[in-house]
Amino acid sequence: MNKVSKSPWLLHYDASSCNGCDIEVLDCLTPKYDIERFGIINTGDPFQADILLITGGVNSQTESVVKQIYSQMPEPKVVVAVGICACTGGVFKECYNIRGGIDTVIPVDVYVPGCAARPESIIDGVVKALEILDEKQAEHKKNGGGAHGISK
Amino acid sequence: MNVGFVIAYIVLAPFLGALLDGIDRIISARMQRRKGPGLLQPFYDLGKLFSKEMIAVNNVQLLLNMSYLVILVIAGAMLFAGADLLMVLFILSTADMFLIMAASSDSSPYANMGASREMLQMMAYEPLTLLVAVGFYLTTGSFQVADIIQADTSAVLWMPGLLVGFMFTSAIKFRKSPFDLSTSHHAHQEMVKGLTTEMSGTTLAVMTIAEYYETVLLLGIFCLFIVNSTWWSWIAAILACAVIYFLEILWDNACARVKWKTLLYSCWIVTLVAGGINILILMLIK
Repeated sequence: MNKVSKSPWLLHYDASSCNGCDIEVLDCLTPKYDIERFGIINTGDPFQADILLITGGVNSQTESVVKQIYSQMPEPKVVVAVGICACTGGVFKECYNIRGGIDTVIPVDVYVPGCAARPESIIDGVVKALEILDEKQAEHKKNGGGAHGISK
Repeated sequence: MNVGFVIAYIVLAPFLGALLDGIDRIISARMQRRKGPGLLQPFYDLGKLFSKEMIAVNNVQLLLNMSYLVILVIAGAMLFAGADLLMVLFILSTADMFLIMAASSDSSPYANMGASREMLQMMAYEPLTLLVAVGFYLTTGSFQVADIIQADTSAVLWMPGLLVGFMFTSAIKFRKSPFDLSTSHHAHQEMVKGLTTEMSGTTLAVMTIAEYYETVLLLGIFCLFIVNSTWWSWIAAILACAVIYFLEILWDNACARVKWKTLLYSCWIVTLVAGGINILILMLIK
């Protein structure tokens, strides 16, 4: 009943993307793809999100933001890097201000390559992330997760 | 009889509210030509929220949300016990104050803005809500819900304007567009999630359950407009509630969010025109 994969709420952040992947992410919400049929809600609030979906490589300005968003999400949580820039840095890899892929800053669970990543592959990546989310939830429970007082 | 109603409300209202939310999400999805989630999605959401890690932004938020829930349950239980309607509405406002306090207790500017907008929304719907109670008094001669439902004719025959006005302002309470200023069911609001921005896990789940109790309470007030001493009026009331809930969903999908001034003025104009004229006529003929 309370499997987190039954109701994964998604937070989308653009670390430095050209907006190509962002448009494809929003495409997933349209009638043709409709990710809400998996119970997925595109929320704008890290406190309520289970999946962090990041597009674009991390640069020196967005690094702190990515870290903060990640730290504000309650466990269990997964990170999906969407697009080749988010996976490795892509064509911007050698730029002076680019740190590289998302995994240079926070741990990434699923990589969705592509330029831009197609809605089908984004949905595929998110569904893969759901399995990892369930594993993490089981682990979280085993470690006596749940009610920890104040963490902020 | 009344005890049965109260127990049924306390036990079943969250389930009914969650089912209504599930139906709402399916109908909304179909209106947008999407498939939408399953009917039981709100239950999965609640189950998940309770299993998440507890991130408490301060000591009091969960307690204030609990107070919101408990006081709402008291208001609803009083309605279903057949108590004083005026008292029910006052307690309902008190419950809302706890939600506002919960949202203002954290440091997020979005939550604080949501809290002030919630207060504004209260100012918008409160006059009409009180007029509805006065209307019931003028129509049936009593503020007691137990007396109102024993009337010979349905109250709606005497107060159609008030019903229309109440349908208009209850969009605020149901958190439907165009009046979902303080927090919204839809993604990407201009201020993140408004009221609920810093609520997560259990805290958010408690708030959601309270909203389900509130939905059922409001539909109960809608029932009062229809129910009279005959048995079939109960069926008519439930059908009317279904129609009203559908209209709210339709309105939600057809409208964009309005600015706070439009909210305040439109609600007050509806209160004055639909509510005020209805009350005036009632005072003259009753």
